[in-house]
Amino acid sequence: MTTKKRKERLDRGIKVRSDDIFALTSYREMLYVAVPSVLPVAVLLILPLILPTYWQKVLISTSVFAILAMSWDFLVSVGMVSLGQALFFGVGGYLAGVLDHHLHLPIWLTIPLATVLGGGLCTVCLVPVLRLRGIYFAMVTLVLPLMIERIIEATGFLGGTEGLTGLKPFPSIYAELYLIVAAMLLVLFAVRRMMSTDYGLVLRAIQENDRSVMSGGINIYYLKAQALFLGGCACSFCGAFMTHVYMFVGMPAFALDYSILPIASAVVGGMGTFAGSTLGAFILVPLSEALRGIGGLRTVIYALSLTVFIVALPEGVFHYIQRKYKQFERWVEVER
Amino acid sequence: MTSPSPHSEKSVLLSVRDLSKSFGGVKAVTGVSFDVREGELLGIIGPNGSGKTTLVNLITGFITPDSGEVVYRGRNITGLMPYRIARLGIARTFQMVRPFTALAAFKNLIVPLFSPRVKSLSGGRYGDRDAVAKDLLEEVGFERESSVTYKPAGSLPHGYLKRLELAKCLALRADLIILDELFSGLSIAELASIVPVIEKLVVEGKTVIMIEHRLRELFRIANRVVVLNFGTVIAEGIPSEVMQKDEVKQAYLGSED
Amino acid sequence: MLEVTLIYGFINSVILALIALGFSLTFSISGVSNFAYGALFILAGYMVWIFVNLLSIPFAVAAILSVLLTALLGAGLYRFVLLRLRGLVISEVIATFGVGLAILEFFRYLGWTGFEYTLPVFTDGSVMIGNTYIDHQRLWIVGAGTSLAVGLYLFTHYTKVGLAFRGIAQDERTALTLGVNTDRIAGISVAFGAGLAATAAILILPRGTIAVNEGYDVLVNALAVCIIGGLGSTAGVVAASFMLGYAQMFTDSYLGPHWKMIVPLIAILLILAVRPSGLFGKQKELEERI
Repeated sequence: MTTKKRKERLDRGIKVRSDDIFALTSYREMLYVAVPSVLPVAVLLILPLILPTYWQKVLISTSVFAILAMSWDFLVSVGMVSLGQALFFGVGGYLAGVLDHHLHLPIWLTIPLATVLGGGLCTVCLVPVLRLRGIYFAMVTLVLPLMIERIIEATGFLGGTEGLTGLKPFPSIYAELYLIVAAMLLVLFAVRRMMSTDYGLVLRAIQENDRSVMSGGINIYYLKAQALFLGGCACSFCGAFMTHVYMFVGMPAFALDYSILPIASAVVGGMGTFAGSTLGAFILVPLSEALRGIGGLRTVIYALSLTVFIVALPEGVFHYIQRKYKQFERWVEVER
Repeated sequence: MTSPSPHSEKSVLLSVRDLSKSFGGVKAVTGVSFDVREGELLGIIGPNGSGKTTLVNLITGFITPDSGEVVYRGRNITGLMPYRIARLGIARTFQMVRPFTALAAFKNLIVPLFSPRVKSLSGGRYGDRDAVAKDLLEEVGFERESSVTYKPAGSLPHGYLKRLELAKCLALRADLIILDELFSGLSIAELASIVPVIEKLVVEGKTVIMIEHRLRELFRIANRVVVLNFGTVIAEGIPSEVMQKDEVKQAYLGSED
Repeated sequence: MLEVTLIYGFINSVILALIALGFSLTFSISGVSNFAYGALFILAGYMVWIFVNLLSIPFAVAAILSVLLTALLGAGLYRFVLLRLRGLVISEVIATFGVGLAILEFFRYLGWTGFEYTLPVFTDGSVMIGNTYIDHQRLWIVGAGTSLAVGLYLFTHYTKVGLAFRGIAQDERTALTLGVNTDRIAGISVAFGAGLAATAAILILPRGTIAVNEGYDVLVNALAVCIIGGLGSTAGVVAASFMLGYAQMFTDSYLGPHWKMIVPLIAILLILAVRPSGLFGKQKELEERI
C-alpha cells in the first residue's frame, strides 16, 4: 500500500455561509476582513504625494488601464467579449477633444459630457451586433477601432493624422492624480457592489445561459445595452481624461494598446472579480514602464503573457492570492 | 384515466395553427395544428426526431416559423421575441438542463423573479426575492432549510436540477407551462415526488403542456395527448384511445415499451 | 472605367475568398475561431522571404516549406494552446488573439518594412483582357483560388479525412461515439487552416511588400467574409467574397479609396440586420449567434 499526499483546503473559521455575512468576534477578525479593502485604498491615496514625477505619470496610466480592464471584465461577465476597448477609449478622447477644440467648453464640462455621450455613442454603434453571441461580438469590436483609425487617417476628418492639439490641461498634476485614482476606486467598488445585487446577478446569468434568461421573461438585449453603456462610459471617461492630460487627442487614442493591455490585465489579474483586473493593471503597467527600453517588444510581452496566463493560470493572480488569504492549506496523506 | 369532458367547455388558451418550419430542406414541423384549453394537461408525444422540441421552440419564440401562427388568449404571438412571450405568461423548461452553475440553487430563481411580469403581478413591487425563491424551491420538493437550497446549482444532482427548472416556471407565475421532457433521466422515486407538484399546478388552474417520452407516467396525469410523427400530427385524443390507433402503434413500433 | 472595375473586382473577390477559406474551414470543423490567422498569413510571407533571401533556397521549395511549417505551427497552436481551452470560446479567442498579436508585433519590432521585403512573382508579364492590363500574378491568384475552392469542396465531400471533418462539424459527440478522434481532427483542421493562410500569403503577397498591418487587414477581411457568408459554408464564403469584393472595388473607383475600408463594416451590419445567420448560414449557426 502506497501513501500519497493530497492538498487539503479549509476555509478560515470566520467565513459564515455566504461571502458577505461574517460573524466577527474580535478586533483581530475585523482587521482580517477590513485589511484587504482598506489597505489598498490607503496606499493609493498616499502614493500620489510621495511618488516622483515620472512614477506619478505611471500611476495615472496604470489607473486608466485598470478602469479599462474593469470595464472589459464587466462586459465579459455579461457575455460580451470585446477585443476593442480602444473604441470606447478613442470615442471618449475625441469627444472631449471636439468639445474643447470646437466648442471651447471648460474642462469640468468636457469630461462629464464626453463620458456620457461616449458611452451612448458606443452603445448606439454596437446595438446592431448585440444580438450576436461570443465570437461574433468579438469580431465586430475588433474591426471597429481599426476601421475608425483608418477612416480618420484617410479622410483627414477630426484633424486627421495631426489630431487635435492645444487642448486645455488640468490645473495641476495632483488634480489629475486624485481624479483618476478616485475614479478607479469608485468604479471598482461600484461595479463590485452592483454585481452582487440581483441586477448584477441577472447580468451574469446572461453570460451563462442567455436562452434561459430570456425564457424568464427578461429582455436580455436591453440589459446588454445597459451594460454596454456603463462599460462604455467608464472607458470614455478614461479617454476624455487622457485627452486633457496630454492636451492632445489623435489616432493613437484608437491604438491597439488600449484594447490589448486591459484584456491582459484582466486575464493576468483574474477575471470576474474586478479587483483582479485592477491588480493585473498594477502588475503589467509598471512592469511595462520598467521594460520601456525594449520599446515595441512590450506589446509582444503583453500578448504572450495573455496567452500563457489563459492557458496555464486561467484563474489569475487575484484568485490565487484570495485563496491563500481565505483558506488554510495543508498536505494530508491518502491511502491507496 | 381522466375524461376530457369537464374541460371541453373551457376556453381555448393557446391555439397552434398550421405551423411549419424546415431547416435547410429538412422539414422539422409541417402543418401542425392543435388547441390547448385552459386548465388542461396536454401531453405531446412522438418518436425521436418527430419535431416535439422544435414545436416548443416555435411556440416560445426561440424559432420563427416559416408559416402558420400561434395564438395565445386570442392574440397572435407568432414571431414575438422569447422574452415577450414569457412575459405574457408562457414559461418553459429546457430539455438540456443548464442552470446558472456558479449561483446557489435558490439564486437561480432570481432571474425569472426579476422579470417585469412578476413585478406587475405583485402590484408593482418585487418584494423579497430571496424569500420567495426559497418558498418556490420548497414547493417543488427542495427540503426547507436543507443545504441543497444553498449549494451551487452546478453541483446539484440531476433530479434537483429538473425541479429547479420547474421552479423557474413557477417563479414567472406563468399561466401556461411547457415542460420539455421533464421526466427524462429521473428515477422512479424522483418521479413519484415530482408528479404531485405537476398535478397540483393543474388543480390550481394552470395549463400544462408536457413533451414526454415516458408515456406510462404521462398517461396517468394527462387529459389529452397529441401524437407527432415526422413533424405532423398523426393522432389526438384521450390517452387510452390514442394508443389504440394503428398509426400510433406503427410510429412507436419497437421504440417504446 | 467600368470594365477595369469589373475585372479587378473579380480578382479582388478571389483574393478575399482565398483569405477567408482557411479561417472558415477551421471554424466550420472544430468551432475554433483562429484569431492568429492574419499573423500566420504574414508569418508565412516572412518565412518565404527568409528562405529565399537569407538562406538562398529556391522559391518553389521555400514556398512549399513555408506552407508545411505554417501548418505545423497551426498544429502546435492547437496542441499546446487550444487543446487546453476547448469549449471555452472566450478563452480560445483571447489565446489565439494573443498569439497572433505576439507574432505580428514581433515583426513590427524587427522593423522589417520596405521595398526589399517582397516576395517574387510566379511569372512575370501581363496580358490584355479587353482594354485592361492584368499581370500574370493576378491570373495565378484567380487560377489557384478557383482550384483551391473546388479542391476543398471535393476534399470535404469525397475523402475520408474530409468526411470526418464534416462529421465533427455537424455533431462532435456523435462523431466521438463513431470512433473519430475529434481532438486530432480538430488539430488537423487548425493546421489545415494555417496551411491555407500560408498558401494565400504566397499567392497574394507578391503584389506588394510584406507589411505587418496587412496581418490585421487579412484577419478583418476573413472575419467579414465569414460573418457575411455564414461560417462554415464554402458556397457562402465564395458568395460573400464576391459581394464584398465588388462592393469594395466599386467604392474604390467611384467614391475614392478611403471609403473602401468601411465597406466590410457596413456589409456586416447590413447582413446582421437582414439575415443574421449569414447568406448561407444554417439554423445551428443562427442559434449560436442569437
